This record gives sequence, C-alpha cells and structure tokens, in this order.
Amino acid sequence: MSNPDLLSRRLLVVTGKGGVGKTTVTAALALLAAEQGKRVLVVEVDAKGNLTDFFEHRPVGFEPVEVYRGVHVITMDTEASLREYLRIHLRVPVMGRIGPVARAFDFVANAAPGVKEILTIGKIAHEVRESLRGNAPWDLVLVDAAATGHIVAQLGAPETMREFVSVGPVRNQTEWMIDLLSDPAITALNVVATPEEMPVSETIDLVGQVRERLSVPMGAVIVNRVLPELFTHADEEVFESLREPKTSEALDVAVADLTGVGGESRKTAGSVAVLEGARLAVTLRRTRAVHLQRLRDAVDLPLLYLPYVFARDHGMRVTRVIADSLGDELGL
Amino acid sequence: MTKARSAPVDVLDGLLAAREIVVFAGSGGVGKTSVAAATAAAAAVRLGGKVLVLTVDPARRLADALGVEHLGNVERRIPDEEFKQAGADARGELWAAMLDTKQAWDALVLEHTPDEATAYRILENPLYHNITSRFVQSHDYIAMERLYQVHQSGEYDLIVIDTPPTRNAIDFLEAPKRMADFFGGRLLRWMTAPYRAGQGRGARVFEVAARPFYQVADRVLGGQFVHDIGEFFFNFQTMYDGFVERARAVERLLHDRRTTFAVVSTLEAAPLREAELFCSELDDRGFDLGALILNKALPAYFRDPGGHRAAVTLSEHAEPVAQAVAETAGDGPVADREAVGRVLRTVGESFLNFEVVAQRELELQRALPVVPEVVACIPYFEVDIYDLAGLITMGSCLFSDGLFSDGALSEGPS
Repeated sequence: MSNPDLLSRRLLVVTGKGGVGKTTVTAALALLAAEQGKRVLVVEVDAKGNLTDFFEHRPVGFEPVEVYRGVHVITMDTEASLREYLRIHLRVPVMGRIGPVARAFDFVANAAPGVKEILTIGKIAHEVRESLRGNAPWDLVLVDAAATGHIVAQLGAPETMREFVSVGPVRNQTEWMIDLLSDPAITALNVVATPEEMPVSETIDLVGQVRERLSVPMGAVIVNRVLPELFTHADEEVFESLREPKTSEALDVAVADLTGVGGESRKTAGSVAVLEGARLAVTLRRTRAVHLQRLRDAVDLPLLYLPYVFARDHGMRVTRVIADSLGDELGL
Repeated sequence: MTKARSAPVDVLDGLLAAREIVVFAGSGGVGKTSVAAATAAAAAVRLGGKVLVLTVDPARRLADALGVEHLGNVERRIPDEEFKQAGADARGELWAAMLDTKQAWDALVLEHTPDEATAYRILENPLYHNITSRFVQSHDYIAMERLYQVHQSGEYDLIVIDTPPTRNAIDFLEAPKRMADFFGGRLLRWMTAPYRAGQGRGARVFEVAARPFYQVADRVLGGQFVHDIGEFFFNFQTMYDGFVERARAVERLLHDRRTTFAVVSTLEAAPLREAELFCSELDDRGFDLGALILNKALPAYFRDPGGHRAAVTLSEHAEPVAQAVAETAGDGPVADREAVGRVLRTVGESFLNFEVVAQRELELQRALPVVPEVVACIPYFEVDIYDLAGLITMGSCLFSDGLFSDGALSEGPS
C-alpha cells in the first residue's frame, strides 16, 4: 500500500475504540505536523479533556491556546459553538439572556437527531473553510474525534440533517460542509487500533460503515502498541530450549554466580521470572499477529505501525517517541 | 469518598452472595464486557443458583460463546454440557441475554401508549429511529429498563449487567432521572404546545415563555423541522405516566441495597482517572460501590527484585552466562553460544521494559484514593478470552481459592 500523504490534507479526523491511544496518536500527529512547519489546530471533541497532558500543558477551553510551538488546541463546547454559529451565520445577536434559550437548545440538541453533532462538525468545518480562505492561520485542522461507536453519527451529521431538514438556514449550511468533508484533497478519516480482537473488529466494521453511509474519504489505519518481535525463528528455538528444566537450572546458577547471589539462595536468582516474562511477550505478540493479519486481510487502507512504548508515564517524552515513529512510517 | 471499614478483600465471593444485582461500569477498552461475563460464568460454577448476564456489545466470539448473538432480548440458558466441555461442573445455572436497544424501545412504546394507533404513529415516525438511537442516552436508559424487567421477573438469584460504552460512565446512572425530567419538563411542553392548543395558527403564541425558544429554533432548524419534532413528541407524550413511573422505579432499584456496582479499569492513567471519578460520583449519589476490578494487570513477577537483578545481569553480561550455560547443559540449540548470548540479552532487556510498566501499574494502584469493599486484580491473559472455559478461568481470578486469585498469573488458559 502506498505511503498515505496525510500531512498534505487540511482536515485529519482521528477515531478509534476507547483505550487504544487515540489521543496519544492525535497529539503525536500534531507534534509531527508542527515540526514539519505547519500551523496546527487540534480540536478535542471526545470530552476526556486530556489531550493537553501529552504536551504537559494545562487544560484549555473553546478559545485556541498554543500548547507547543505551532500547535493550538481547543476543546469542543457545543453551547459556545452555538453562540458562534448564531453570530456568524445567522446574525442572531448574542443577547445576555441567551442563557436559558441556549440551555433549552442544548436540550433539543440532545433530543433532535444530529443537532449536537452538527454544531461540532460545523465548528470544525468552519475552521477549515476559514483557513482555506486565508482568514484563519491553520495549515492543518486535526480532530481528536468521537470513538468508533459514535463517529459515523458525528461525521454524518450534515447528511442526516439534509435528510430531515428540507428548508432553512441549517439546510443551506449542510451543503458546503458535505462538500468539504467529502473532498479527498482536504479531508481524511483515520482509525487508530491496537492489534487486539475488539479494536480490530470495530475498525473493520467502521471502514465498511463509512464507505456505505458517508462520503468522507478514508486516510490510514494507525496500528498502535505493536509489541517488538523478540526473536528470529531460529533464536526462538534457542529460547525454548533455555526454558527446559535442565538448562534453566544451569542458567539460574550462572546468573547467581555473576550477580553474587551465591550459596543456598542460588535457585532464586530470578532468571525464571525473566524467562517467564519473555514467554509472555512472545505469546502476546503471536496472539496479536493473528488480529493484525485479520486487519490486513479485511481493510484495503494504508497501515501505519507504532511501537508499544514502555514508559513510566504519558507526557512530552511519549508524544515525541510516537511522533518520530509516525514520521518514519510516513517517510518524512 | 468511599472508605471500607476494614482493608479491602481481593475476592468477590462475599459481595456476590449478598447482592442480587451487580452493575459493571468503566470506560471503553478496559474489558468490562468480558469481566462481567467472566464473573457471571464463575459465579454459576462456584456459587450456584440462577445467574443471568445481560451483555451489551460483546465481541462476536464472546457472543458466540454465550450463544446470544441472534437472540436479541431473549434469555438463553448455557447448557450443562457446555460447562462439562469447558472442564467445569456448574453448581448453578448460567443464563445470558444481549441488549437489543431497538427491540426494547419498540416493546416499551407498545406497552406504554394508550392505543395501538398512537403506538404505530410513533413507531412509523421517521424521527423515531434516530431519536431512540441517540436521544438522551437512550441506550443507557434501555439497559437500566431491561435490568428492571428481569429483576421484576424474580427468575434470577444474581443478575450481572454490563453497561453501554458511553463517553461518560455516569451517564447511565442519570438516564432514568433524565428520562423522567424530560417527559415532565418545560421543553417538551414548549415543543408540543402548538399541538395541544389544537393546530391553529395562533397556537404558537400560546406560551409566551416558549417564544424566544421558537425564534431561535425556527431560524436555526427551519419551521418544518421544529414542527416535525413537535408532532413526534406530542404522540410520545401519551406515554408520560407509564414512563415516568417506570423511570422512577428503575432509579429506586439502582439505589436498593441488593444492588451494587463494580467499576472496571486497567492500570493506566486515563481509565483509572475516569474510574476514580466514577467511584466518587457513585458515592455522592448514594449508590453502593462494591468493587473495583483492575483488569489486564501485568504479572507480579515483573516486580520481583530477583528478576530485576537477573535481567540486568543478562542484558549486560549475556556472553559469560551463555558460556556457562553451554558448558553445563551444552547440547542441542544451547550449544550455540553466540545465539544463546543474543537470546539472553534480548530476554533481559524485554524484562526491564515490562518492569517499567509493571512498576507504573503498582504506583497507580497504590495511589488510588478510593477503597471499596473489594479491590481485585485480573491478570493480563496472553491469549484472547472467547470461550466458556476462558471466561471461567478469568472469572475464577475474582473468587477465593481461584486459580490465580493473587493476581500473579503466569499461565493463561489454554
């Protein structure tokens, strides 16, 4: 599969099942793009609000804040988005007493199909359109979007709206949003998955659903937390024989001699734990390889592989490591 | 904050024996669905009685294992033979059902509307599907509604329920109340006002308070759309009494002493933070937090100081160790000193990598501010859990005399 030219797009949406590292990958993509000289706006939609942790920055609100050189972040807020929408598109004056109406509207937004979603997508599309027109500084708008279960409803909001609303300002607004979201030169939807059963199954289902129900172009599948291959086939045989009782005893004695844990405690030199740990790593990698193969067979999209990062905590260091791997995978 | 009177225990036996309902909650990706199914399977084996697991969105192979894939809301008993094949003797019965939101909503509409004509006007409204699949966390409400139904049936000794994946784990707790509020609320009155006043042209001025709402809604959504929504809710409102009463009953059940919550998390910063938040929300709202289950914990041997020393030695001095091994046990593949040295260095480095993660997990666990009755660990299984045998093995980690109840698992199910 050819190298996906992701960073040439103007809008990259990142989704994935909960727990696969969607936010980590989004932060790393932002860092990578910024270091390629792009001005990036990250929109955090999934309300966890921890994207800025990956830049070791305090949480941010609906106004863009630069959390790293070239990386601005906003957190989606549907009420703030509604105010902006009313002001910009409908020229409804923002009165002080919009409060109760906005609250009522928030209620409708929950009840009526697509309203909440369209306020989110509307804000994102607005930023992209403004940047294309030269009115906003962004070279790239990057969205830490809803999880796989909600993304179709979210990205499909303009299309849903068009079905239900036959006339009115919202109807008119949906047209340009759909054009923008379906332009492969502008937009790409990317899915983060780990090589495990549910994330792989959800990714396969999602790609099918997106193609069936949306006109949004797909970018890449980003496979996160790929465990290292410890051994070649030949070395794995060596490893297996090291685990046989006679050899593993000899190994423990040898380790005990070198670490100075001598005498009666020789048999607890700890090499058994080390061998067990390696066996776990080997089996995990093998189990995951099956899911990875399933993903490769079912999805005809470019796959980018990111390593499992053995780190103490998430922060700038992990973001940097992942961004470097992404850069390698994208041929940068 | 919840504080146990004494140190938490690491098994679920006592909690499950004393409760009728266990609600499993946690953020996406922590393995909540598997843990719920595993708990139910192990409970059927160890505790006896009739155990039901209500599952929401199981992986296909898990649905297969429980045989619920095509059953929708119908409960199915897992036959004894399947337990025998899984190498277990079930003292009790295991039943399983999957949540089919659409089907459950349809049933609810048919039950609560005054007549069939109204029911079909709702079911055939084009907004209905969209609204039931999205509106006010309808999955959450339906999950709780189903729980109420099966509990009311009196059929089961223990009901284990998985909760839908939501952005915010507390959403489903609020769902019954929100549903009741919505039906009783001003907004629904506003939206349906034109219909109650008899479709006349002047109907919209009927409620003055609603006017600013309509001004904004009309301009943004268009009058027709607002009209469609209003009409839909007008029919929907006929279900008011039945609905509100039911929603309140569901809420009472969740607060009942026979109901407890098990919060599932992995030992990673973000899910744990959410789990902690959820635990304190439960407490604030007067729900019973029974257990915190830490899933996919790395085996304890990664924190063994002896293992650490050995790993350092192997990563730094693999060659002399390889030579010593070859001298003592030197035939077959281990005679290849170069290969053995390479393997030993890799093995040592790999251990040190995982040790970093295991250490982080331990620190996160120690820093937990919440201490419910039970804090239990389920180790990282190196193979996928997808059959009954696997579920029983996994669930057994949560019971006393379980195979691996200390969380220091070294062998997965085969």
